[in-house]
Amino acid sequence: MGNDLAAKIRELEERIDRLENKGNSLTMVLFSGDFDKAMAAFIIANGALAMGKEVTIFVTFWGLDVIKKPAFSTSGRGLLERILLRMRPKGPGRLAVSKMNYGGIGPRLFRYMMGKKNVEPLGALIAMAMEFGVRIVACQMSMDLLGIKKEDLIDGVEVGGVATFLGKAYEGQATLFI
Amino acid sequence: MARITLDFRGMNCPMPIMKTAMAFRKAAQGDQFEITCDDPGFEPDITAWCKETKNLPCDIKKQGKDIIASITKQ
Repeated sequence: MGNDLAAKIRELEERIDRLENKGNSLTMVLFSGDFDKAMAAFIIANGALAMGKEVTIFVTFWGLDVIKKPAFSTSGRGLLERILLRMRPKGPGRLAVSKMNYGGIGPRLFRYMMGKKNVEPLGALIAMAMEFGVRIVACQMSMDLLGIKKEDLIDGVEVGGVATFLGKAYEGQATLFI
Repeated sequence: MARITLDFRGMNCPMPIMKTAMAFRKAAQGDQFEITCDDPGFEPDITAWCKETKNLPCDIKKQGKDIIASITKQ
């Protein structure tokens, strides 16, 4: 009887631990490759990291543009992939904005205004999140589809599938799709 | 116990919170922080940060545009 009670208490304690830890992580899907949306994603990620949360960003489709290296060779890929890679921006410094892009004038204007108002640039926000231990998981399927290799992405990025994202999403209480 | 003064004036979201978190990481238990920032969002942000990271209590004073938060690392 006493043993049963002790075992029951232990089980309940474990369940409480699990429930309390539920609020300790943030999972995001970064689908968009727009500069402004990526800014929002990395500001939220950094805030959560500062609050001591475990943050996982699952990067898929156009979002992959955000975590590309500024320059890489497109050799060793098919013609369509190479055309696609040429047409898409490489890295945070080349992204378009979702509104008022005006053929690339918009982003320049935004970057200029951000500099004047002392808003941290996107590249620095990404670097800071990495330093704080963000987990960035690039979607294997969209990488294959768009002809992106792991070496084309910034260092420290993992490659995974939808189950990696879902596993993390079910562990936490907050999931964002950007 | 050390007294640490941080000046985050002129910085924008999320930098004051990030820098606070970085400084707290390096600090020892019982260290007292005085953080000055002039971003209006800093007041609700630091209050939420203190609550979430259990570095309570957070004492906030205002001096003109400046918001001064006093926090002790628990």
